[in-house]
Amino acid sequence: MLDVNDLRASVGDREILRGISLTVNKGEVHAIMGPNGSGKSTLAQVLAGHPAYQVTGGQVRFEGQDLLDLEPEERAQAGVFLAFQYPVEIPGVTNAYFLRAAYNALRKAKGLDEVDPMDFLDVLEDRLKVVEWGPEIMSRAVNAGFSGGEKKRNEILQLAVLEPKLAILDETDSGLDIDALRIVAAGVNRLRSPDRSFIVVTHYQRLLNHIVPDVVHVLVNGRIVKSGGKELALELEARGYDWVEEVAGVA
Amino acid sequence: MTETYVRQFEAFAGNGGSEGPAWLPGVRRAAIERFAAVGFPTSRDEEWRFTPVGPIAQAEFRPAIPGTVTREALAPFLFGHAEWPQLVFVNGKYAPELSVVPALPPGVKLGNLASALRREGALLERHLTRHARPETTPFAALNTAFMRDGALVHVPAGTVLDDPVHLLFVTSPDAGGSVAHPRNLVIVERGARASVVESYVTLAEGASYFTNAVTEVVSGEDAWTEHTRIQRESERAYHMGFTHVDQARGSHYRSFTLAMGGAIARHNLHVRLNAPGIETLMYGLYLARGEQVVDNHTAIYHDQPNCNSWEVYKGVLSDRARAVFNGKVFVKPEAQKTDAKQTNRNLLLSPTAKVDTKPQLEIFADDVKCTHGATVGFLDPLSLFYLRSRGIPPETAQRVLTYAFAAEVVDEVALVPVREELTRLVLARLGYTG
Repeated sequence: MLDVNDLRASVGDREILRGISLTVNKGEVHAIMGPNGSGKSTLAQVLAGHPAYQVTGGQVRFEGQDLLDLEPEERAQAGVFLAFQYPVEIPGVTNAYFLRAAYNALRKAKGLDEVDPMDFLDVLEDRLKVVEWGPEIMSRAVNAGFSGGEKKRNEILQLAVLEPKLAILDETDSGLDIDALRIVAAGVNRLRSPDRSFIVVTHYQRLLNHIVPDVVHVLVNGRIVKSGGKELALELEARGYDWVEEVAGVA
Repeated sequence: MTETYVRQFEAFAGNGGSEGPAWLPGVRRAAIERFAAVGFPTSRDEEWRFTPVGPIAQAEFRPAIPGTVTREALAPFLFGHAEWPQLVFVNGKYAPELSVVPALPPGVKLGNLASALRREGALLERHLTRHARPETTPFAALNTAFMRDGALVHVPAGTVLDDPVHLLFVTSPDAGGSVAHPRNLVIVERGARASVVESYVTLAEGASYFTNAVTEVVSGEDAWTEHTRIQRESERAYHMGFTHVDQARGSHYRSFTLAMGGAIARHNLHVRLNAPGIETLMYGLYLARGEQVVDNHTAIYHDQPNCNSWEVYKGVLSDRARAVFNGKVFVKPEAQKTDAKQTNRNLLLSPTAKVDTKPQLEIFADDVKCTHGATVGFLDPLSLFYLRSRGIPPETAQRVLTYAFAAEVVDEVALVPVREELTRLVLARLGYTG
């Protein structure tokens, strides 16, 4: 599904991704772990087309397409979704309007008819259950005045509505209390399917107790220094990032 | 040209300008003398520094003459129910055949100024030119010299008008090159309640003409008044508007102004808080594109203690458009416990758009809460990316965020049908279809 080959990216003249290679197959869940500043979030944002980063080398193929050649909205239309670490507040735009605009934009790109507000309510009804929310959330402005936990739940709601092929969760666990973490993780698990892949970016192992990955990669200083099964996350938890940094010879 | 108007005045004084109550010709003559003495403002005048009135001063507009407009042609400018009160003026002159004056509560006067000058001389003498003083601006003097028609809305004490009153000023297709001076008087007496919508629209899209309007609003004790002003003249026309509001004890006055027409358009909104316990809300939205210049000058006079004023003006500017905002707040020494907040926010959709914004607070009382803030900026790139990352194309994302910016003030309009009409106008202007 996703093939990342020797990906390099910078902000200004500072190189942050220094040659990332990674293959995610259909239905797999990959965790990207690493210490602060290792480039985890940058990788997530570069894949979604964040304008703050310049890609300076490498290739990314998604479902046979050159992902780096696509505009952010085209990536979304192709089936890539990024759950933001810091979801953006949009006062004045209701959740209902925003979600329907996004839903219809994706339908339009597929050559399907747009749905009207009434039909969209039906679409929403069971998607709201994924994050254990009632319909009242739809009349609030997008993320405006939301708590940290509500913002992350709203990202998962968007994921549930937009049904991407590849969902990238950028530190979705940061700033969550234990209840919000449970709801968010349960939501993600409900959305796992043989046709949908996930890249879960996280600093801590605790999210991976709930969302169990197939593959764990450890990112240090802009490179993947170690990959393994889910037990690698536990080992990291026990031994700390110093251990992989030593292994990688970068500490 | 100043002399052109003086010449026009002499012709007017000899023909129609002498009609009406005995006190009126003297008021008019004093006003033209005032105008002749001061002339058109220039950029050397601090109050007009950023408002290029040169094209208005140099043009030779002829006095507007009545034009023909059909009921069908007005359709795009109507809103709400067909039976709601609506006074239509074509090129500044009352058009009874296009107007709707339904049965209203006893004592309510709703009609045109020209008729009222014949029948309501005493009421008009008490108010006309007593609030919007001719010496305030040269254009106010010019309007006063030539005032002849416009709307009179008089709501007696304790009376509630449920439906909004629409005052619709339309320019006919053949009115290019002319000038009209509409003059309105709105009186909402003690404990009364009214919503007035004042619209300036055009059927002469693409034509250059000049509208020079003045409106006086008198808000009695404990009265509630909502005043909405919609300016969508031809984008080649000139519009000068001056609204003066006098508020009595305990009254609530809320204003919303939408400015989106005119090559050069300015509105001065001055509100005087003459007694304690007054509340004043002023919301504004200006949308300018192309080479439009849109100017809003507001002045709030806190003359008495324990009054609140809250002002939010927002602007969206694209292409090479220019906006001017000047917000004055005067707090007199006796106006203790004043709570005044002023905000002006501008969104630039193009790097060649420009804003001159100036808050001007003059506070002479010490126990007050007065704040102001002004911002000028572009759409937040992160917000745009957020929408695009959900599959929304950039043009749509820009429209959604621009509308959201504007909606914050439109949503403050109290009367739902008026708010819905404003929403429709703003959405259409921002390119939403369907």
